[in-house]
Amino acid sequence: MKQTVLFVVAFGALVSAQRGAGPPQTPKAAAPIDLTGYWVSIVSEDWRYRMVTPAKGDYQGVPMTPEATKIADAWNPEADTAAGNQCRSYGAPAIMRVPGRVHITWDGDRAFKLEADAGTQTRNLRFDQPASKAEPSWQGDSLAEWEMQNAGRGAAAGAPRRGSLKVTTTNLKAGYLRKNGVPYSEDAKLTEYFDVVRERSGDELLVVTSVVDDPKYLRQPFMLSTQFKKQADAKGWDPTPCSSSW
Amino acid sequence: MFIKLVGPPATAVMVVAIGLAVAAPAMAQTELAGSWAARNHEDALERNGGPYAVDYAGLPLNDEARVRALSYSGDVLSVIEHQCGGWPPFYLAQGPFGMKIWNETDPVSGTTIAWKIGAWEDRAGTTIWMDGRPHPSKNAAHERGGFTTGEWQGTTLVAYTTHIKAGSIRRNGAPSSDVATMTTHFIRHGDLLTVLEIIEDPIYLTEPEIISKNFQLDANAVSPVGPPCVAGYEGVGEGKVPHYLPGTNPSIDELTKFYGIPREATLGGAETMYPEFRKKIKDRFVRPEKCTQNCGAPPPAPPVPPGNQGR
Repeated sequence: MKQTVLFVVAFGALVSAQRGAGPPQTPKAAAPIDLTGYWVSIVSEDWRYRMVTPAKGDYQGVPMTPEATKIADAWNPEADTAAGNQCRSYGAPAIMRVPGRVHITWDGDRAFKLEADAGTQTRNLRFDQPASKAEPSWQGDSLAEWEMQNAGRGAAAGAPRRGSLKVTTTNLKAGYLRKNGVPYSEDAKLTEYFDVVRERSGDELLVVTSVVDDPKYLRQPFMLSTQFKKQADAKGWDPTPCSSSW
Repeated sequence: MFIKLVGPPATAVMVVAIGLAVAAPAMAQTELAGSWAARNHEDALERNGGPYAVDYAGLPLNDEARVRALSYSGDVLSVIEHQCGGWPPFYLAQGPFGMKIWNETDPVSGTTIAWKIGAWEDRAGTTIWMDGRPHPSKNAAHERGGFTTGEWQGTTLVAYTTHIKAGSIRRNGAPSSDVATMTTHFIRHGDLLTVLEIIEDPIYLTEPEIISKNFQLDANAVSPVGPPCVAGYEGVGEGKVPHYLPGTNPSIDELTKFYGIPREATLGGAETMYPEFRKKIKDRFVRPEKCTQNCGAPPPAPPVPPGNQGR
């Protein structure tokens, strides 16, 4: 009996060891999903806050603090432009909601480069902590990690790997969640989950679930989910400068 | 159901089986059971009070759908036969409420036979069959909640709903037909649950309508049923069917009046879903100086210090 138990444990360990053998993979080699390519926004939600510039004082849905409301009510796009702050509504907590296309590529084996044509913005999603802290910026510092889903027992041999990309962004320059001055502060933290799903037609969708935590300007975390459709090529890619008013 | 194993060959089979069990991870499924609070930060007006009567922006409606939508009067919900009709299952992402999810299991094996999503007063409950049963014949009865099967793709539950009664794809009468289908992805990250709906309707949509909603796991229990719907007289006389004849919908320019949005945007169509549409309307959009309608509730007043209550 003892021998049988030993054999069971040894056999299990052997199978496990074979699966986990080899040097650790780079994030690129370990990627459970393919995020690379051109993705176009599908604007089926929050249309009047995204496709046009909402009026001053229109901040429905955002759980703002009284201090944030004061800032939004004082929104002055001309002053932002004059001060060189026309990219305030293109920072990391807002950029994925701005209608446009994003182009995602690997930047080496340990980082993604995410370019947005709206506002001509670039996000660097790094799998390693930066060596030194940079100045706060519109896109901040983004730390990426894979959240792996195991195909599990009973899955066919060679079953596809699955998972999501989790991105945590801090060190942000204070900006706007919406074009009309709804603010986030320099202490805001953005957490995002990038998931890829397939439609029945075979088309791929990118779903970005985002949570903005900002105790200064938000009474509770601000949660959104934003959809993109994958394109075969760069069709429609149209880099445009930031605008404070459109 | 149980296999009796005896003798040395059986021991060997069991050894191999146990060895594999030790090596293999658990099935890649996610616990979905619980009470999930709605986080209606996007489309807040639509998901709470309801959309403007003529706001089809971002909906890939075809011409026939638009004509039907413009003939719709919200007063039809006061017709006694319609009062308890409820909304189609799309309303899971379009309505204001949280949801209660639980699973029904096989009493012997413990495997999940079905996931259940509780009903609300105006939405039927959902049963997501996980036991591999087929969808019924296309001629089978179409119910308000439809018929749904599901499968796990990794830790995402993907459900497919057919046999939905004709209704609305938005709560302002933008129509959905009885051949509409919905694929729903339940994507969990910690205590967040993103519900992605992909609605296809060859009768009224030129491409899928894709929407999502966020939920957060909540310690407060969400009821698995809404209050009962009790129909009664709401001012619409017998034999009347509220509607608008072509060209008479009085709400057609509400979004233009309140928000400066050109009429062609409010009437929807697939092009209104994509970034290029912004260029098309840029010169005709006039941003109002100040928001005057449905601008969002102001934050609550700070709490009154103890001792000052009632003064």
